[in-house]
Amino acid sequence: MEKSRITTTTNSMTILTVLNRDNFKIEREQDVVPFRNRVKEHAVKIGMGLVNQTKLITAASELVRNMLRYANGGEILIEVVSKIRENGIRLTFTDKGPGIENVETAMKDGFSTGKSLGLGLPGAKRLSSEFTINSVVGKGTVVTIIKWKNG
Amino acid sequence: MEKIPILKMGQFLLVTIQVDLYDRLALNLESDLVQMVSTTEARGVLIDISAVSIVDSFMGRIIGNIASMSKIMDAVTVVVGMQPAVAITLIELGLPLSGVHTALNVEKGMELLKNKILVNGEVPDYDDDEQYDDLDSTQ
Ligand SMILES: Nc1ncnc2c1ncn2[C@@H]1O[C@H](COP(=O)(O)OP(=O)(O)O)[C@@H](O)[C@H]1O
Ligand SMILES: [Mg+2]
Repeated sequence: MEKSRITTTTNSMTILTVLNRDNFKIEREQDVVPFRNRVKEHAVKIGMGLVNQTKLITAASELVRNMLRYANGGEILIEVVSKIRENGIRLTFTDKGPGIENVETAMKDGFSTGKSLGLGLPGAKRLSSEFTINSVVGKGTVVTIIKWKNG
Repeated sequence: MEKIPILKMGQFLLVTIQVDLYDRLALNLESDLVQMVSTTEARGVLIDISAVSIVDSFMGRIIGNIASMSKIMDAVTVVVGMQPAVAITLIELGLPLSGVHTALNVEKGMELLKNKILVNGEVPDYDDDEQYDDLDSTQ
C-alpha cells in the first residue's frame, strides 16, 4: 500500500505560520469557477500581484480539475501562510480517489491517462513556489502548493 | 441554457468571451464555432479573450482545437486581447498554443485576418508579419 508513496518538494519548507484557514468542497464542474474566485479573494487580500495571482489560480485550476476528473471531487484547504519575511497562499488538495500508480511518470510533461494534454501536474509545479504530492494507490492523493506573494 | 453568442461579420465570425468559462460552456462554444465555420463558410474566426483572466490547459486545448479544426475548413483563427499575465502563465504552464495567431485587440485582429485572407485570396502559412504579437515568437 505504501509502495507508491512519493514526495516531491521543490524547495525546503521553512517554518510557517498559518494566518487564516478556509475550506472548499469540490463536487461538480460548476464548483471550479467559484473556487478559483475564492482563491483570488485571498490572494488579493494579501496583496499578491496580478501575474503571481494568475499563476496561482491557473495551478489551482489544473489541480482541481484533476480532483474532479480522476477522483470525483475532494476538498481544498486554502490558507494564508507566513514565513519570516513573506506571506503566501497555501492550497492543499485532498481527494479519496484511486491514487496515482507512478507519481514520477504522472509528473512528466505530456503524460495523461485521460487523453488530455498532460500538463496539469508538471505545469502546476512550475507555476507554484513550492509543490508537494503524496499519493497512495487505493487511498487517494494530496497535493500541496504554496505561492509566495513575491515568489 | 447559457450560450456564448457568435457574431457573423462578412466572412468572419466574432466571439467575445465575457466571463471565465465553465467547461460545458467552453465545449459548447467549440462545437458551435466549428459548426458555424462549416455552415457559413467563414474564412476567419476572431476570439476576443480580453475579459478572460484564467486560461488553464483545458481552455487552452479548446482554443487550440478551434484553431486546428477551423484550419481544416480553410479558416484562420486569431485570438485577441490576451492579458499579459495570462500569456506569461501559459508559457510557464507549457502550453505553446502553436498555430494560434494572436493580436493585441479586435481591430488589429481584423486587420491580421484581412491580410491573411482577402489580400491573398487564400489561407497563407504562418509566416507572420512582425507587427502582430504572435505567441510563438515570445518563447
Ligand atoms: N487527483 C488525482 N487522482 C488520481 N490520478 C491523478 C490525479 N491527478 C492526476 N492524476 C493522474 O496523473 C496524470 C497526469 O495529470 P495531469 O498532468 O494533470 O495531466 P492530464 O490531467 O491532462 O492527464 C493523469 O492523467 C492521471 O492519470
Ligand atoms: Mg490534469
